[in-house]
Order: sequence, then C-alpha cells, then structure tokens
Amino acid sequence: MSFTPLHQHDDDAEREPTDREAFTPGIEPQATWCPGCGDFGVLKALKGAMGDLGYTPEEVLLVTGIGCSGKLSSYFESYGFHSIHGRSLPVARAAKLANPGLEVVAAGGDGDGYGIGGNHFVHTARENHDMTYIVFNNEIFGLTKGQTSPTSPMGHKSKTQPHGSAKAPIRPLSLSLVGGASYVARTAAVNPNQAQEIIKEAIQHDGFAHVDFLTQCPTWNKDAKQYVPYIDVQQSDDYEFDYHDRREASEMMHDVEDALHEGEVLTGRFYHDPDRPSYQEEKRAHGDVPEDSLAERYHDDDYEWERSYDLMDAHK
Amino acid sequence: MTGEIVWRIAGGSGDGIDSTSQNFAKALMRSGLHVFTHRHYPSRIRGGHTYVEVRADDQPVRARGDGFNFLLALGDSFARNTKEHAYYGNEQAKPLAENLDDLRDGGVVVYDEGLLDASEIEDFEARAEEHNWHVYPMDLRGMARDQGREVMRNTAGVGVTCALLDYPLEPIEKLMEDRMSGDVLEANLEILEYAAEQANQLDHTHDLRMPQGEHDSEQALVSGSNGIAYGAIDEGCRFVAGYPMTPWTEVFTLLSQHLPDMGGIAEQVEDEIAAAALALGASHAGVKALSGSSGGGFALMSEPLGLAEMTETPLVLVEATRAGPSTGMPTKTEQGDLEHVLYTSQGDSCRVVFAPGNQREAYEQTRQAFELAYDFHLPAVVVYDQKLSGELRNVDADFFDREPNPDLGATLTEEELAEAAHYATGTFERFQHDPQGAPEGVSPRSIPGQADGRYLASGNEHHPTGHISEDPDNRVAQMDRRMRKLAAIRERLDERESNQVRHGAADATVGVMTYGSNQGTVHEAVDRLVEDGHSVASLSVSDLMPFPEADVGEFLDSVETCLVVEMNASGQFRGLVQRELGTHGDILHSLLKYNGEPFEPHEIVEAVEGLGSGDPATAATRYVPAGSD
Repeated sequence: MSFTPLHQHDDDAEREPTDREAFTPGIEPQATWCPGCGDFGVLKALKGAMGDLGYTPEEVLLVTGIGCSGKLSSYFESYGFHSIHGRSLPVARAAKLANPGLEVVAAGGDGDGYGIGGNHFVHTARENHDMTYIVFNNEIFGLTKGQTSPTSPMGHKSKTQPHGSAKAPIRPLSLSLVGGASYVARTAAVNPNQAQEIIKEAIQHDGFAHVDFLTQCPTWNKDAKQYVPYIDVQQSDDYEFDYHDRREASEMMHDVEDALHEGEVLTGRFYHDPDRPSYQEEKRAHGDVPEDSLAERYHDDDYEWERSYDLMDAHK
Repeated sequence: MTGEIVWRIAGGSGDGIDSTSQNFAKALMRSGLHVFTHRHYPSRIRGGHTYVEVRADDQPVRARGDGFNFLLALGDSFARNTKEHAYYGNEQAKPLAENLDDLRDGGVVVYDEGLLDASEIEDFEARAEEHNWHVYPMDLRGMARDQGREVMRNTAGVGVTCALLDYPLEPIEKLMEDRMSGDVLEANLEILEYAAEQANQLDHTHDLRMPQGEHDSEQALVSGSNGIAYGAIDEGCRFVAGYPMTPWTEVFTLLSQHLPDMGGIAEQVEDEIAAAALALGASHAGVKALSGSSGGGFALMSEPLGLAEMTETPLVLVEATRAGPSTGMPTKTEQGDLEHVLYTSQGDSCRVVFAPGNQREAYEQTRQAFELAYDFHLPAVVVYDQKLSGELRNVDADFFDREPNPDLGATLTEEELAEAAHYATGTFERFQHDPQGAPEGVSPRSIPGQADGRYLASGNEHHPTGHISEDPDNRVAQMDRRMRKLAAIRERLDERESNQVRHGAADATVGVMTYGSNQGTVHEAVDRLVEDGHSVASLSVSDLMPFPEADVGEFLDSVETCLVVEMNASGQFRGLVQRELGTHGDILHSLLKYNGEPFEPHEIVEAVEGLGSGDPATAATRYVPAGSD
C-alpha cells in the first residue's frame, strides 16, 4: 500500500485565517452540556483560535478525558480522541512525539486533570511537551452530579462531603509553574475575547502551555457566580508584574490563588518562558528523536527499515 | 544420562555471577556446544544467594536439567562486612551451603577457600562422602589478588573449571579479547592461565569432562526477552514506553538501547498507566508502538487496554509475569497472571493473547502480535514469565535474518479515504457497522493528518463516526462487529502452521499439556518417558485468545488421560481449557508448581509415571486429579 504524506502543520508559516465553522461537527452531539454551561465558552474560544491561526481540522488532534469537559471532542470537528478519566495527557504527548506535524491539544476537567490525572499533569509539565492543555475548572464534579473536586474551596459541602471539605483546594497555576510548564494562564468562559487570545497564544507557544479555564457550572455549582467580576491582570494597572519572570509570576500566582475564593477572580497570562526548549527539542538535541516525523516514515515506501539481524553480532 | 555438564556458579548478587555465566555459556556455544542457562537470584542488589546454571551438551538442550554436576562456589564478597551486627554477617557460607541439595552424585565442587570455610557447614564432609562428591578447595580470591585484582576471582574460577573439565582456554580467552582491553585484559588472561595451572597440578579424582560438539551454522545466544525485543523491531515497532519492573525491564532496556539509534523513540514515563497510554497515543498517530510490564504494572494498564479495545486502536503489550499476588516474589517465576491477562479491564475481552514457549517463539509470536493488532485494530498481549525472560539458549543466527514488516495494517490511503463513507459535513465513518469487503469485522482506519480521514476515537460506545451513541441497535451492531474479529483471527491462525506444538509418541494414550515457557522441560520429560516405553505425547499451547479449540480438542480426543502442567496454584490454564472446550474434564489432571522455581524434567516424568497410582507429586509440586476442582 502506498500512502501520500500526512498533512503537517508548519508553526512558523504565515497563514490566512480559516473558517472557524469548519470546526463544527456535521453530527449533532449527544447533548450533555446544560444550558448556560461554561464549557460552551471553551468551545467557542478554541474554534475561534484555530480559525484565526489558519488551521484546518485535519491538522489538529484533540485528546480529551472523561466528564463534561471530555465531551469537548464531541462538539469540535478535528481528529479526536476521547480517552479515559485523567489519561488525556499521556495519549496526547505520544501522538505529538510520533507526529510533530500534528497540532495537539488536550482537554479535561479539574477532577480529570488535577485529581485522577495529577501525576500525568506534573510530569507532562516537567517534560515541557510541545502541546496545549486546557483544564475546565468549575470546582465541581459535574457529570457525576455534583461532588467535591480538587479545586472546590475548603468547607465546600456536597453529598460526599456533607460536613464540608476539610481539604484546601489544589493550586493549579502554582503547581503547573513548579512542575515546569513554560506557559501558564487562566481565563474564563465569561471573558470570551481574552479566552480566545489566550488559547491562541497557548497554541502558538512551543512547549507545555497550560490554560486553567474557569467554567461556571450552573447546575451543580451555583456558587459559580463568585467568578464575577473577573479582572484581567494585563488590562489592570493594579497588578504590575513581569510574567516572563519566574519569581514574579510565582508570587502573583500565589496571590491569585489566595484571592480566588475571596471574591476577586484574576485572569490573564501569569507565566510565559518562550526560551525554554520543548521536550521534543531537548530530545532531538540528545539524538533521541528523529529529525523528521516518525509517523511519516510509515508512509514512505522507500524508507529502509533496519533489522534486528543487524544487532545479532553482540549475541554471536 | 548423557555426558552433559550442568555448571552452577554461585555467589552473592553483585559479584558478577550473571556476566561470568553469560560469557562462559557463549564460549561453550562458540566452541560447538548447545547451551541453556537458568538464573536464580534474590530480590536484592548486593549479597545474598544467587546462582546461574549453564547446561551444555553436544545435543540441543531445551530446558534446565535435573540438578547439576559441577558447582563453582565463589563466595559472597558482600558477606564480608567487618562491621559488627552487619546484616550480611551470617551468610558467609551460603554460596556453598545453599547449593548442595541439587548436586548430583559424583559431582564436582570447587569453592573459594579465600572466602568460604567448608568446616562451617556441619554435615558437609559426611554429605560429600555419601554422594561421592569431588571437592576442590581453591584460594581463588588469593590467586586473583596476587595476579591482578581481587574482583577477578570469577576469572580464576573459570580457569579452574576449564582445567578440571579438560576444556581448552582458547574460547574463553578469545571472548575476553572481544570484551576487554589493556591492563584489564592482561590481568584477566594471567589469572585465567594461572588458575588453570594450579588446578592442573591437583590430583583429579572425578571423571566429568566437557562434551565436544560442532554446529552446522553460526549460533546466537539469546533470551526470551531478546526474542520479544527483536520480534518487535523486525515488525517495524519504533516506539516503546515503559516503567521499569522486573522482569519486563529486560525488554524495555533492550528497546530503549536500540530504538533511538534506529530513528525510533523510547520513553520512560511516570507510571504504567501512562506507559500504555503513550503506546496507544503513538499507535493512534500511525506508529507501531509497544508497552509492557509485569503483573503489578500490567494491572495499571488495564485502563488503556480496554480503551484500545473500544477505540479499536492497535496496541501491543508485553506481560512478563512473576510470582504474585501483588508484588509477590519479584525475581521468581510463575504463570499466575493468565486470567489477569485474559480478562482484565471492563466489558467483554476482545484481544489477542500469545504465550510463547521458547526464544524462537517469543520472536515469532511477537511478530504475529503486531501483525494481528494492526490488521484487526485491537490489543495483543504477549505473556511470558521470568523464567523465559532471562533464559539464554543458542539459536541459529540466521533465524533472525528476516524481512522487516513496517506495514500499518488496515489503514486507508488518502485516495481511498476520498471515496470512503463520510457523514454529513465530512466526518469519516471510521466505525462502520458492516464495512464493505471487511467480513472480518475490521473497519479500516485513517491516520491523523490524512485528508478526509478525521473522526473521533472514543472510549464510549459510538456511532460510525466515533461520536458517542447509546442507541441500542448501534450498540449491538458495534459490539457484534468487534467480537467478530476474534473468530476471524482464529481462522487466520488456523490456516498457518500451528502455534501449538505436539511432541512425542504418534499414537499416545497419555497426554501432557502445558502452555508457555514449560515447553522445553515438557519435551525433555516426554522424550525420556517415550524412551522408557511410555505411550506419551505433549501439546504445548501458545494461543490463549482466541483459543485454539480445534488443536486442543483434537489432542485431548486422541489420549485417554492428560496431565496439565503449569506454574500456579489454582490451575488457571486447566480452567481455561475446560471453559473453552466444555469437555474432557474427566481426563484432565493438574501438575502445579508455585514455589518460584521452574519445573525440572524429572518432576514431570515422575508425575506421568505416577498418574494411575494415587499422588504423583514431588516435594515441590502439587497434583490435582481429574474431577477434583
């Protein structure tokens, strides 16, 4: 069988915007998002960002986890992989290693990403894989009907925590920074313009870009209105800091995470290191990944495959 | 008994027992002998009791033998801890004391009197006399220290071995020259010769001699793990992801060392869930990928395994089992994970499982696992055990001289995709209920990046486009199609030379059935039984899912009674046979062993001989007669 080469996206090429509606599936998704759900905001921002950047659906692989957030791949037309709870990141980063020409986006919820997938989150950040990771943060387990999540505030009451949670919420921005992510931002479904700009930046960033995306859950977390009003730190004179500076970013994140449950919700870019090489670049520098796309090689009829027989000398 | 030599080298972990035995085995192979190694080591890095046996004969050897006839007890250098109350302090005599039970009558003992004191072992002299052992105390440590470095006492031991067995030094010297250089080589060569001279001056009271043989073709010394890694490479696997765990680490290490230099990718990741998920992600993206683990790590992989079944993503996993439950005995062998491998993960199992019986089959069946996973879009598991993983055996080097097969299997080209079924605005119908021309249940896939190929791979039940669907009719159609693959795979395998190996008398009345790594031991036992006039034949089974119902049924129909040999406590393989066939329960007897050690041929011989007479089990094995489970 002979294959034509795969479509490879060149990040550096100048591109004309494409029609964002190309990312709308031709099939009506089995409805799981409630009216007023913040997840629609992520979908809109992602479609808009892909269109603005000139992508076509064939060039994108969207890997999702389980939960309401995981259904993003049902609402978004591209190559999709709806995986399992907490495991989107290992699936996504292997696909990117195998075919660097793919634009790989992973998405999941706060339970998916910061709870069950916490181990993968820290290690993917640490390795700084070249991909975008969007975490739908609504501080609740939605699809399982309203249990306390890793981002729920201390004292949060739910059917599984009837006396209120005794756990401090996880600090996803700080965790991401400490883990090694080279781009960390927070945005919110109710800030559509900012959200789209941040997702665009995250996609363009060569490294692990983590976007903590605040998504209100009108069904199970009525307290979601706490997210109003949002302050965009880049638009406000009150929050001056250099988001290229690790220390300043860390301090700012600390304040932001402390303030979240005190009624002040800060969003924006909190850290961006454009100079740290991605994992792919590091591996290439170590001679550990091929210069070209490994996936492409299986499409090349003329490629000379090495054989194990060549290794036999050591055993003779 | 043949003129074979079973040479056991014993010492403490970290004393170079493994490398010394590998080199010795290779030298014997190069000089024309057939060799087979058996490894015993504790779950401990340094010190303790470890040994390796090298069995050498002029005839092919297929298994560890019954006991051994030459002991080289090197001493445990890590037992010489001068600090009081040291943990190792009381293990000084172990390399000698622990190895006497299986030493055959008339055997030879060489021990390092620089490190070991035979008088510490109360009954040593009495036992030596009773069994007619020929004992040669040698100050190997002293020789090594005087001629080079103390650590080279292994070389001294090999020199003494050669002298006592009348085996030339040249093959060992040649191997050393290949491996070492400079002062290290010089010192080793000096020690080797010096030790041999010292041993030649002794009065040789034994009559063991190294056999002489000749090979028709060039040989390679390979392990089961080599077979799996090289099978994967030849099948075009260029991506491995894993987490270290004994004994899977051997395959993982080999591939990690080779793949990057072949333009592939090796990833050591945070846990086994991630490892299998990475292999799945790479495979989805169009690369041939492998992951694997051992029992406990494989348990974590049950999530991605099920996901591969539901998303119909090719995935090849290796399960190198060891004694369980839980972390069990990390460095001991067992076949207790059979049911785990067959049925783990949610829902109905739709996977291929092979259990290779030797080094060649490990290679062959790993290739088959890749072929079937990529042709049929499902996971394929190669399950083997700690025993086969580390056993070295000589194989014709030409056996590996095969054409590589990087073919991605049932995958459409862009031209084909343009013509393929699409839904509404263009989503490719990846999971058609009845794909044209694919009665085998396979709906061909696309690779991310191909035009007209985009779809959703979902772990939820899905519509032909991959979008989530809980429609009952769709569910049944998808489930039926996926399950159809197993029947089609069985058909394809049945058309080939069988993976099930029959051995022994043509019209036998007594059967011995086993699976996986017991094959060679069973063959040796059957040969001895047939030689003694018994009407015995064996069937060793490699295909576990889809099950080779015809092969096994035919075999069981042909015998009057059958002993099922396996290394676990509950008879999982016998249970599988009865579950799959639903017949023959009245003739199946079990011989079980689960002390962490592989079977020795005599245990199977004795069990078959005792079949009609009550309890045919030896001290190490358990016998379960027909109808008693």
